[in-house]
Amino acid sequence: MPNTILILIVLALGVIGFVLGRQRAMASAGGNSRNLHSLPSYYGYNVACATTLPAMGLLILWLLVQPLIINSSVSGLVSDQASEEGASLDLIMSDVRRVADGLDTAVETGVLTEEEVEALDAEQDDIRDLLAGVGFALGSDVTPSTLEAAKSYRAMNEVGDTWKSVFVIATALTGLLVSWRMTNKDFRARNVVEQGVLAILIFAASIAILTTLGIVLSLIFNTMEFFRLYPASEFFFGLSWNPSFSGRGGGSELGILPLLWGTLYISLIALIVAVPIGLFAAIYLSEYASKPVRSVAKPLLEVLAGIPTIVYGLFALLTVGPLLVEVFGQKGFLGVDWMSGGTAVMTAGLVMGIMLIPFVSSLSDDIINAVPQSMRDGSLGLGATHSETVRQVILPAALPGIVGAILLAASRAIGETMIVVLGAGAAARLSMNPFEAMTTVTAKIVSQLTGDSDFSSPEALVAFALGITLFVITLGLNIFALYIVRKYREQYE
Amino acid sequence: MTDTTVTPVSAKPAKSILEIDARTKKRNAAEKRFKAYGIAAICVGLFFLVALLWAIIQNGTPAFTQTYVTLDVELLEEKLDKTGERDIEAIKKVSTFGYKPLIQNALVDATEGMETEIEDKNLAKLLSDSAAAQIRDYVIANPDQIGETVEFTVLASSRVDGYLKGRVTREDLARDKNLSPDHLDLIDQMVEDGSVERIFNWAFITGADASEKRPESAGIGVSMIGSFFMMLVVLILALPIGVAASIYLEEFAPQNRFTDLIEVNISNLAAVPSIVFGILGLAVFIQFAHLPQSAPIVGGLTLTLMTLPTIVISTRASLKAVPPSIRDAALGVGASKMQTVFHHVLPLAMPGILTGTIIGLAQALGETAPLLLIGMVGFIASNYPEGVASGFLDPNSAMPAQIYEWAKRADPAYYERAWGGIIVLLVFLLTMNIIAIILRRRFERRW
Repeated sequence: MPNTILILIVLALGVIGFVLGRQRAMASAGGNSRNLHSLPSYYGYNVACATTLPAMGLLILWLLVQPLIINSSVSGLVSDQASEEGASLDLIMSDVRRVADGLDTAVETGVLTEEEVEALDAEQDDIRDLLAGVGFALGSDVTPSTLEAAKSYRAMNEVGDTWKSVFVIATALTGLLVSWRMTNKDFRARNVVEQGVLAILIFAASIAILTTLGIVLSLIFNTMEFFRLYPASEFFFGLSWNPSFSGRGGGSELGILPLLWGTLYISLIALIVAVPIGLFAAIYLSEYASKPVRSVAKPLLEVLAGIPTIVYGLFALLTVGPLLVEVFGQKGFLGVDWMSGGTAVMTAGLVMGIMLIPFVSSLSDDIINAVPQSMRDGSLGLGATHSETVRQVILPAALPGIVGAILLAASRAIGETMIVVLGAGAAARLSMNPFEAMTTVTAKIVSQLTGDSDFSSPEALVAFALGITLFVITLGLNIFALYIVRKYREQYE
Repeated sequence: MTDTTVTPVSAKPAKSILEIDARTKKRNAAEKRFKAYGIAAICVGLFFLVALLWAIIQNGTPAFTQTYVTLDVELLEEKLDKTGERDIEAIKKVSTFGYKPLIQNALVDATEGMETEIEDKNLAKLLSDSAAAQIRDYVIANPDQIGETVEFTVLASSRVDGYLKGRVTREDLARDKNLSPDHLDLIDQMVEDGSVERIFNWAFITGADASEKRPESAGIGVSMIGSFFMMLVVLILALPIGVAASIYLEEFAPQNRFTDLIEVNISNLAAVPSIVFGILGLAVFIQFAHLPQSAPIVGGLTLTLMTLPTIVISTRASLKAVPPSIRDAALGVGASKMQTVFHHVLPLAMPGILTGTIIGLAQALGETAPLLLIGMVGFIASNYPEGVASGFLDPNSAMPAQIYEWAKRADPAYYERAWGGIIVLLVFLLTMNIIAIILRRRFERRW
């Protein structure tokens, strides 16, 4: 039974439960809702919740666990073949799943009957041809053990699906019956329902924890896998990045240092652009600007923050890059021949700086506004000019907060992807020249993982090691920055 | 005190305070400079904004017009249906290659009387490769028209289009084997003749992506649908979960370790780089759960996790803005805590929540990096999904991923499409933000 129909059945039972529960409560109160402990609808909700929630929970659990069990028992069938051919178990398993899917489709479209599937023989029938006929292209011919595994995969799935439907519906019915029996006029239905709602709220709030857990676990497991194939010391201290694309493993140099250097260099240029502009803009807006100017200029600057990064990426690749080449390139305006291609550290850094301006300016604006007015008044009263007040009183007082804002901007710059993918180039280099193409951690995560669904080679798995490095760096920066900002805020509250 | 009475004769006369001394002048100049730095910073920021918008508009607007050629094509019976029985299977057997001679004849007719040195067989280079397919589709749909002469409006090739838009010049074509300057002379004459014209390009907004060789027929419509389904997933999941989580944290959560843990997690997730969410989506939804790659549902799930912190933060702010007196009044007349929240606080906070959700959605709509990892690029989104289920589950692209894909193809005609795609994307973002602003203006209450 398809899951959608199963879900619909459970929901329908829930609706029936609502009606029945409400009826039973009203009947037990003699038709007068004043005799009830709770409002009548709460009795209905109680039965409906007891019907649907455990059943849905069971369904989700089943959907998670069943593939795991079936996978492990089927991979037992093909593990001999895997060790014989030296192919990875993952690859064979994905073949098995594909063949099984193909057989399913063949049965659905009526090309084969169930009996014919049972009678299929890899030695005699051309299964690859057969499945290609129903739209499933296979990479290689089907071996007998794969076919056997696919057949038992299908059989187990079928058994599992049947039991799933039975159990889920049984759970729903049991819930309905039990809660319906419990319903009478003294039953504290509202309290029970509210407990249930609270449980749902808590679950929703824990999704944040689950997400973090998911990120950390998926990064750690794949990174450990990577370090089994590639030495960790060479990854962290290797000076060259040179993945081989031809064969599996071997010959790849996967040192993170050139990537980290590119990331930090580009972020540095971005901050050199964004911090002075953002900071001066914030000072002017909060200290000098009249109300109308502020109400126009501030939102306009913040538009820059709302533009998607892909737009900045394209801007870097097609507008800023060629422009910089015209100025610094061989036949350029300055005639200096520093730059040979449009994609360079300078291009990406400059555009990323533009993106960060509103980020720095609105954070600093908040922080400068949080400096108490009495400090300004004191300084102005002593005869300081406005700018002296800003430089010698307000900025020192706001400094920790501004440092925090800059750190947040830095973490944003380090994690930025699209601008560097399009604007910074693809070559990993350890160089000081800002007009050369370099690449970053994020850009390499993208290039190592796109278009490749096989995660067994170190060239693909390295992306997870890069990801965890990126995650740790940005997380550290963020926590440090938030700590500074918070500490500073407390000072004046 | 005595100093003032006994003024030494040698001392200079006291200066008037109205007269500005050198130091004050210096200080005032510093003041002016400082202020000027501030104004300059804002001007630079606004200049960047204008430059960005200018680049988008200037490069993107040509994508909204396209060059079409009007041709009278004689659908010769001996080429398309040799038996003359109008058997639809036999007609389908004629591939697009079989239609090439018809197009060539039509072009020869259309250019009759014009001065050109192009050989007849090279005339077809003026047209897009899709022209033959278009005529073939028409013939299969209307087999009774075989033998007649029918007027078709077909796409010109991307270079002809580029020439009329000023993107391709005669110098560029010197090294180009696809088109020669002679073709351009012919095009000039055809434009005068009226058979070649640039019209508004609906196909760009509604159409599907095309293969690398046919930029003239690529459109953003299918990936727009992909984005739409993704946003639907985000809305269905992120809004209820985000609101439920914020209600718990704002109204019910006790002060304990668990609550602290959740709060720290949410504020950290808000700052995690988006590409890390892509890695999460890849590892959990594709590697572990075996959901289909490139499917909008996977993109939607990934973006949901990314958008949740934004929605939670804005929802909490709007829940906090509802004054405690409302809660006290509801509790005072006997409502339970849960009833207070759901019947009174939540409705009052709704405008703020919706505003925050729309802004979160807008953010998710423009996000690209996670989509690259779950396989929404490198894929030609050539067909509309057939139904709602396949809309969620079949491979598709999304607008920003499509733009990235076009930006990677080396043909300048695709760069123009990418800029055009950005205009479409920004129009959506602008609309969403305007709706959010209107919502806030109309419904937000000040207490």
